[in-house]
Amino acid sequence: MGLTKDYNTKIMTNEALQNLISLWIPELEFTEEKSQFLNITVPPEQLIPLMTQLKSNSETNFDYLFCLSGVDWGKELGVVYHLESTTHRHQLVVKVKTEDRENPTFDTVCKIWYTAEFHEREVFDFFGIQFTNHPNLKRLFMTEEWDGFPLRKDYVDEINMIIK
Amino acid sequence: MDTTPIINNFKSEEYQINMGPQHPATHGVLRLLLTIDGEIIKKVEPDLGYIHRSIEKMCERDSYQQIVHLTDRMDYLSSHINNEAVCLTVENALELEIPERVKVIRTIIAELTRIASHTLWWGVMGMDVGALTTYFYGFRDREMINDIFEETCGARLTMNYNIPGGLMFDIHPNFVKRTKEFIAHFKTKLPEYDLLLSNNIIFRKRMEGIGILTKEDAISFGASGPVGRASGYSCDVRKHHSYSAYDKVKFNEVLKTEGDTYSRYQVRVLEMWESLSIIEQLIDNIPEGDFFAKTNAVIKLPEGEYYQKVETARGELGVYIVSTGTKNPYRMKFRSPGFSNLSLLNHIAVGGKIGDLVATMATLDLVIPDIDR
Repeated sequence: MGLTKDYNTKIMTNEALQNLISLWIPELEFTEEKSQFLNITVPPEQLIPLMTQLKSNSETNFDYLFCLSGVDWGKELGVVYHLESTTHRHQLVVKVKTEDRENPTFDTVCKIWYTAEFHEREVFDFFGIQFTNHPNLKRLFMTEEWDGFPLRKDYVDEINMIIK
Repeated sequence: MDTTPIINNFKSEEYQINMGPQHPATHGVLRLLLTIDGEIIKKVEPDLGYIHRSIEKMCERDSYQQIVHLTDRMDYLSSHINNEAVCLTVENALELEIPERVKVIRTIIAELTRIASHTLWWGVMGMDVGALTTYFYGFRDREMINDIFEETCGARLTMNYNIPGGLMFDIHPNFVKRTKEFIAHFKTKLPEYDLLLSNNIIFRKRMEGIGILTKEDAISFGASGPVGRASGYSCDVRKHHSYSAYDKVKFNEVLKTEGDTYSRYQVRVLEMWESLSIIEQLIDNIPEGDFFAKTNAVIKLPEGEYYQKVETARGELGVYIVSTGTKNPYRMKFRSPGFSNLSLLNHIAVGGKIGDLVATMATLDLVIPDIDR
């Protein structure tokens, strides 16, 4: 029936991951506080080099982007990428932030993970974050003429929102 | 006089048609904008949002106990597992010790939910490709599970049996007896499924070799659940990131390597056997004890970020909570399996016929509220 599988493949520790990744790009911020994963905050212009390397490097091999979420931190807008390797089974979180609330823009990662195409459209729809080089960046759930981005913290809709 | 042969006037032309939002084969309010050339599909563009309720925004104003009740309106066929996902996230964040009894009962009900979802899918999928009988067979068996749920959980579909910390109430005295009756009944009926569809030559000719998804694409598109496993991609969350009582039971992760529509069909049918086996191992070994762990009336998660994934009937459901230490989540995100599984539809349907698209979509087993959230 099923093919036999080993579910206890060796996992690279967070420390080993951090040592390896910090060699590639110096200006990364690492933290393990208040999260079960190793978190990396990357400057927007370094996002694509980092992501490409994370996927293509055989030691890290993060081939599975299992969650991509937009977050409004109040002052900053950003995107959180949850990554996993299907061969090594280690996990990692990459965050990218910007203080530009008028025109927040990041590069798209949908050439690296196809699933990002839909997820980035969702983030654009709800947070108004633009993704450069995205093949089809338009609203996904809301209508084209919808005003504003509902999941931002400063979004106001007196008719449809019930505020407690 | 024009002497051009008349045949040159018939040129191949592309045009667009709508499939849905009320097309029966879309199983809900999903509109597909098809670009077709004759009957060959050139492009499939899903149009979403017909029943978007913005559950993620509603979560930001609700307490954690209230959020649980919103989640079974996402993938209503895996309602118990969705509730469990939120409860597990909250419990892990609070570092609560959950009684063994709760873990076992949750696992049994989750597997019953999976069987109920797969029987419904099996019935509807047969109907999609033109076999009406399967619909009645599937619903007949699912009815027994719904009766068990009604007795123990108080509802048949959107159960809300989980609360952060445990269960809403203890199991009904009849639960064990009726579950055993169901297992005995379903073991005689499941081979009929194979007789009726799996080994049916008309059905197989319709299903085999279409909608092929390779393993690399499955991973890149974030496919999960039976869709990923039919492509040989080992993605069972119950195995890789075990939760509840799954580490105590023996079961196989069903894997196929063909990646076509028929292998996705096979994975789900074989998974029902595995679910039966899991329930059988647990049903006589429900530990005694409390059915909940005490929590505060107002739950406040410590500041931080939490992520929990579970295996619903459709695949990997992820719950991501950003907490600032208040009684509401600061940001809550659901990574739903149907969303990623839908995104690969264009990739596997292009080049096929409209009839193949219906069969392919049926084996993706989409539930639209799960995608629209």
